[in-house]
Amino acid sequence: MTTIESYKTKSGVGVSAQRPDAVPKATGKFSFSSDLSSHNMLWGQTLRSPLPSARIKSIDFSEALAISGVHAILTANDVPGKNLFGLEHPDQPVLADDLIRYAGEPIALVAAEHPEIAANAINAIHVTFEELTPLTDAESAITADPIHPEGNVIRHLKIDHGDPSVTGDLVIEGTYEVGMQDQAFMGTESGMAVPSPDGSVDLYISTQWLHSDQNQIIEALDLPEDMVRLTLAGVGGAFGGREDVSMHVHLCMLALHTGRPVKMIYDRNESFLGHVHRHPAKIWYRHHATEDGQIVKVEGKIILDGGAYASTTSAALANACCFSTGPYRVPNAQIEGWGVRTNNPPCGAMRGFGNVQTCFAIEAQMDKVAKALGIDPVELRLINALEQGDTIITGQKITGAAPVKEVISSLADHPMPGPAENNLLARPGGTGRTTDQKHIKRGVGFAVSIKNLMFAEGFDDSSEALCQVEDGNVAIHTACVEVGQGFITLIHQIAEEVLGTSDITIIPADTSIGSAGSTSASRQTWMSGGAVLKACEAVVVKLIEQIFEDEGVKYENFNGTLVSEDGTKTIPVSEALKGRSFHEKIVHRHAPTFPLNNKGQGDAHVSFAFAAHRAVVDVDQELGLVRIIEIATSQDVGRILNPLQAVGQIEGGITQGLGLAVLEELVMKNGVIQNANFTDYLLPTALDTPPIEIAALIEEPEPGAPFGAKGIGEPPTISSTPAVVAAIRDATGIDLRRVPVRPEDIALE
Amino acid sequence: MIMEVLIASSTEEICELLEQDSSRQLLAGGTDFMVEVNYRHRSPSSVITIDQVPELQNWHHDGDSVVVGSCVTYREIERGPLATLVPALAQAARTVGSPQIRNAGTIGGNIGTASPAGDMIPVLSALGAVISLRSSEGKREVSLEDLIVGVKQTSLRRGEFIESVRVPVLDSPQEFLKVGSRSAMVISVTSLAFITYPKTRSVGIGLGAVNPIPTRAKEAEVFIADFLDWETMQVDPSGIDHFKDLVSAASSPIDDHRSVAAYRRKSIGILAQRALTRVFTEGVL
Repeated sequence: MTTIESYKTKSGVGVSAQRPDAVPKATGKFSFSSDLSSHNMLWGQTLRSPLPSARIKSIDFSEALAISGVHAILTANDVPGKNLFGLEHPDQPVLADDLIRYAGEPIALVAAEHPEIAANAINAIHVTFEELTPLTDAESAITADPIHPEGNVIRHLKIDHGDPSVTGDLVIEGTYEVGMQDQAFMGTESGMAVPSPDGSVDLYISTQWLHSDQNQIIEALDLPEDMVRLTLAGVGGAFGGREDVSMHVHLCMLALHTGRPVKMIYDRNESFLGHVHRHPAKIWYRHHATEDGQIVKVEGKIILDGGAYASTTSAALANACCFSTGPYRVPNAQIEGWGVRTNNPPCGAMRGFGNVQTCFAIEAQMDKVAKALGIDPVELRLINALEQGDTIITGQKITGAAPVKEVISSLADHPMPGPAENNLLARPGGTGRTTDQKHIKRGVGFAVSIKNLMFAEGFDDSSEALCQVEDGNVAIHTACVEVGQGFITLIHQIAEEVLGTSDITIIPADTSIGSAGSTSASRQTWMSGGAVLKACEAVVVKLIEQIFEDEGVKYENFNGTLVSEDGTKTIPVSEALKGRSFHEKIVHRHAPTFPLNNKGQGDAHVSFAFAAHRAVVDVDQELGLVRIIEIATSQDVGRILNPLQAVGQIEGGITQGLGLAVLEELVMKNGVIQNANFTDYLLPTALDTPPIEIAALIEEPEPGAPFGAKGIGEPPTISSTPAVVAAIRDATGIDLRRVPVRPEDIALE
Repeated sequence: MIMEVLIASSTEEICELLEQDSSRQLLAGGTDFMVEVNYRHRSPSSVITIDQVPELQNWHHDGDSVVVGSCVTYREIERGPLATLVPALAQAARTVGSPQIRNAGTIGGNIGTASPAGDMIPVLSALGAVISLRSSEGKREVSLEDLIVGVKQTSLRRGEFIESVRVPVLDSPQEFLKVGSRSAMVISVTSLAFITYPKTRSVGIGLGAVNPIPTRAKEAEVFIADFLDWETMQVDPSGIDHFKDLVSAASSPIDDHRSVAAYRRKSIGILAQRALTRVFTEGVL
């Protein structure tokens, strides 16, 4: 494990401050959304379709309603407002009213005195279906009969950059596939809705974006904004899977209908059915390179399977296409992407968002180009690495920090690990004792990634923060959702940086303040961090004004200490605040972005972060078993605000990346998930997770970003996957074109 | 729905409770049972907990064999004296689930669940385990092959339960190998137990997760005997390829969400070869 030493002695930004919820979470004292309870509370449950494509002929819930202790059974007819919701646009029924478009689609809701009674009632609801043939192949969906009134193509995006007639000395073609990964967050979906006598409702929920939820709920409930109030409940991880509405409207409907608080907890099986997954992808590339290794043109076709409803498919496709050529200078590109509807489960946001799929394919292509030209793969990447001032294939110039070469070189220079421990447990197969030393081949793989930070394509992206001082006591309020990433620690650190005290109160995130935007897209440090910074600074400005009015002395703030203009007087801000009150609320925005034009050109993105990963693997080729020995990384971070949390993000992100490389996949059969449980959806265990070596964290401050810090949560997940697969290819010589790599993909080759 | 839970404190009490109502279901470690109950795949109206019955929790060394109570946990099998007496069983127990699962799950439960992927099954099969069954009618002993008659199906009679398992103490090399996609906590894709019987100069090979019922690779066992030198513990390499094929041929695997039949058939042969050559070094006899 990497050890982190504070490189600053002072507190505030830059130190490894411990997160305030660390000990409560480790000792089981933290209250998660599943711990919510209320006097007189009912339990909600959801009836879901077992079929991926069907017409509902009838729903008979008379038997279920007759069960003692059952208080409500609601169907599509009971949705008070529009029976539609959706993160980007509303296209998904709150409850299926006619057509079933995926296996797991909610049909009816139950509220009962006890979860067991609710479950009995669910079993007693009789739905008659007319079974239809599901559309499960994404490629055929482009031209197949529409499964939704809006058609099957959610978005078709073309990027036409440079001269299409250019060809290279070397042409390399490849087709790749990415399986369906799941966020598999630790705490399943849970929440509680509490109705008020005035017909309004309070929803306590684990989510990623309170205000987006609220906007969707009010449409479905047909209530004004102030009648639906959301408060964040303790979140047990998210990774994109909580960005979409799940039980939110259901809970509010049941609570308003019964007049009693209603709580829901999905079990693990329902959780897999109840949230979106990472888009499976089919990707084709043709790379053109000169003999000396310059990539001169890339042609690509990308198909993302969005499943039955749109969710964030449109934005994920934009990411997949805009960054389809990787962190490389590519003067000419013709890219065509489709995000399509099928009767597979809906897919949407997951850490790395669209970049993960194309990075896997592009990095495989780069290795093939390197091999064909006889150039070292690291050297090929250095030859083509983007730099500040370069233009990406959307025609956007990179104006911020782009230390791609530094990231690559520092990682390439990092020492290699030695041989694995000489015991069965340390080899491929682990506890299965399958592999002796003589069966092992070692391989090394290298991959680099680019990730856009924050929302794109002209979205009005903002975050609001309040810094409130009452008689010297400081409180900070945002609607920024803490999903485990550590923003609450940053609030303390930022406040301390400006106000000289970390003794502050954090007001729970809710919808009584303006939107903070989503905790996704590596954006909260920049957006809500920026908002908190500005709000605190606004308080200090007001404080200095007040002191000037009171004393006639002008002060300036130096890291939490006020110094008089003549330098003779100093007073800590925290001291000066005593006995005073302020209320400074500000909205923070990043620089505007713009839509892509019909050639896929435009300044659609705010900022870019880069990372490189090097994986070392031991492979038992005969059995197809892989043991990852080490993953080393260098990452472009702008500036590190909390080294401990930075490393936590990197270790966690890499683990999720290696999960996609060799383990994690929702196995589909005719539109139905075959492994919606932790017995068979295989997350990496401690034995599967190698030491993670941080070769370098490149601190080149990002212009416009608070403290110069770039978001760091997503890049670790993106290029770790292709690095692992490259290492397996290196060990085995097999052209692996699909992730996750399964034992049979190696052993039967 | 009301579920009655009866806590048995002796084997006699289990017999009585089952005699009163043979539909009562037995709960030992609960690592399979409770998952089924929680997901409502099973809704028993009456449950007898048997994990606090001393006779079932213990094991004893009895001459050339050990008798392991049905409620002995994987944890206990995995380490301590049992691991020395029956090493392959310990190796298999180590591959079951997480430490929490191994602290709760029992050998009797693994047999009673009768899953083709049960990790104890190939070892017990290769060891020729004898299962003691008990009911108010008395005791009887059956082989594992006679007890497990199909996927999750046993020949247990009404009111009958698994009391203990008898396996030989051989004091000779044993191997258990298991393939899963993950390094730990994974359901078997294929597994294999390889037991040596120096007295009879024979080997026992139990196959896991490749057949609906417990299976020994009998032809392979007989075939390879001619290629083994028990004095030098060597195997003649000329026999290995056919041995491997015979083991693969003894399997009838399926495609499912965990793997494909072709991989299972291939890997079971590889596991056999590796177990063989771990125990017997290759050398021309």
